[in-house]
Amino acid sequence: METSTTSLPVIDIHDLHTRYGTTLVHQDVSLSVQPGEIFALVGGSGCGKSTLLRAVIMLLRPASGSIRVFGQEVIGLSDEQALPLRRRWGVMFERGALFSSLTVAENVAMVLREHTRLSANLIGEVVALKIALTGLPADAGAKYPSELSGGMRKRAALARALALDPELLFLDEPTAGLDPHSASGIDELVRNLRDTLGLTIMLVTHDLDLLWRAADRVAVLDGGHILGIGSMEELSKSEHPVIREYFYGPRGRAAREQAWKKK
Amino acid sequence: MSSNQIAQLLIEANASAVPVQVRCQGVWTVRGIAALELQLAQMDWPAANDLVFDGSAITALDTAGAWLLLRTMHTLQQRGKHTRFDGLRPEFDTLLQLVASHSIYTEPALSLKVGLLENIGRRFWLNLKMFSDMLAFVGESATALLRSLKQPYRIRWRTILYNLQTAGFEAMPIVGLLTFLMGVVIAYQGADQLQRFGANIFIVELVGLSMVRELSPLLTAIIIAGRSGSAYAAQIGTMKVTEEIDALRTIGVGAQELLVLPKMLALIIALPLLTVFADVTGIIGGMIMARSKLDVSFTTFINRLDEAISLSSFMVGIAKAPVFAVIIALVGCFQGFRVSGSADSVGRQTTVSVVQSIFLVILADALFSIVFNWFDL
Repeated sequence: METSTTSLPVIDIHDLHTRYGTTLVHQDVSLSVQPGEIFALVGGSGCGKSTLLRAVIMLLRPASGSIRVFGQEVIGLSDEQALPLRRRWGVMFERGALFSSLTVAENVAMVLREHTRLSANLIGEVVALKIALTGLPADAGAKYPSELSGGMRKRAALARALALDPELLFLDEPTAGLDPHSASGIDELVRNLRDTLGLTIMLVTHDLDLLWRAADRVAVLDGGHILGIGSMEELSKSEHPVIREYFYGPRGRAAREQAWKKK
Repeated sequence: MSSNQIAQLLIEANASAVPVQVRCQGVWTVRGIAALELQLAQMDWPAANDLVFDGSAITALDTAGAWLLLRTMHTLQQRGKHTRFDGLRPEFDTLLQLVASHSIYTEPALSLKVGLLENIGRRFWLNLKMFSDMLAFVGESATALLRSLKQPYRIRWRTILYNLQTAGFEAMPIVGLLTFLMGVVIAYQGADQLQRFGANIFIVELVGLSMVRELSPLLTAIIIAGRSGSAYAAQIGTMKVTEEIDALRTIGVGAQELLVLPKMLALIIALPLLTVFADVTGIIGGMIMARSKLDVSFTTFINRLDEAISLSSFMVGIAKAPVFAVIIALVGCFQGFRVSGSADSVGRQTTVSVVQSIFLVILADALFSIVFNWFDL
């Protein structure tokens, strides 16, 4: 938790264009994420949410535009130049992407061993702490990813993403494929992490419950454009047909009512 | 790293003052605490029983740093000292509370040491179990085969043809090249000895018999085990990891019928054919060497071949091939099915499949030699 006196946006995307072959995935996408914010990208399948996330974390090179993370341009950075940036963020992939030949504890420890000079003892303790922080039972550390349930695997992936105490966390579909109970556990976890560790979080999701409960601001993507950015309340008042369809479909309504009840 | 980039812990020089002030300063993060951790291990704590940790100079704190701080205090408390915090920023205090509330002060689980004897026993048991699983797999494959023979429309000809192409036809260049070179090598090695006795013409027997009876079936089988057996294991293993095998079962398609039988049947057809091809290329290799080293012309060589190699010798070589084919296909598929869960396991079982099938092929070849010897073939 580093207190920054400046309120420069953590992520600043400007005029982004992305292509897959000849198909244009993003056109003129601009958005910024403020420190300490939970920012969500939503939209129908194939609208380019995950692609946008992959562009920000440098797994994919956009055609043009600019992406600044912590004030530094990331497009065109070499792996070596990107390393200091990559250490400052953690990524949780949709299906966990845990290394299947390592136990959960080893998965988390590997990151610490690669990037710090801490003793094996202290690494072991920090790993146990991270595993506890994500709400996993202590014995989960010794298990292999294939022995875990879907929800536990997500939590383990989150523990690995948190290994280096990043300032910025990317979550790709953190609740996809989880039962409602585990999913709401993840909602809470995400909010808690932001509140206690002061993280900035960017997430991609389909989960309306998660959006109502956790997201501060939401960007709706469709057909490569951003249709609207704002809090859920603001977006739910939007007149745009696609946004209305998204939030006022049967599921959208139910999630909204749930959210109101909670308040 | 400059001194304000790392975490530091200073004990006030005025050690007689009570309580003793311990000043924490700098960057207490996962990147800043490495040096401090070493320092803490051999720190001389003052004798006083009251310590106050002054955290007002901590500029950054994360969970790792908070843990180190808490751990330090915890060990001091266990030595009967009183410790408390002072001057910590409110947000750092919340973080400390968070870390403290996820206490992990548990007794480290006793790692069970496995003794030598137990290890041997466990290994033996695992291998025994693998052997019985293997037998069960052979049985299942046999019943699946019988079922298919009873209902021939269930045989997947298209898959068999596809496997014939990939495992048989596409293996021809490598099989041809290697056996050709083998023929050259045998003729080359034999040439010197034969020349010494003036028995040049017997090069035909040397090359012909050794290729036809032993080397070409064996070499072909080994090449196919490395080439196709491993592919079977990797394919089925990956399907197991992605739950495709389970999906097949729920659709009601037997994995045996779809994945194992076509491969086995295709290999039973392909391997004898490849062996004949290997016979031909091997003998051509020997023939070329015979002409250049021993002056045995092609015509002489070919005329002699007819007497040198009896039909039974030729058949002995070919007859082994289907058996080798069954071994390779079954071992490859069996090891594929043994994959469990991880990418690592796919690699391991693929390796095991190649090692085992080559081992079993050579073992079977030895048994064949004994049996043929009995029957005087």
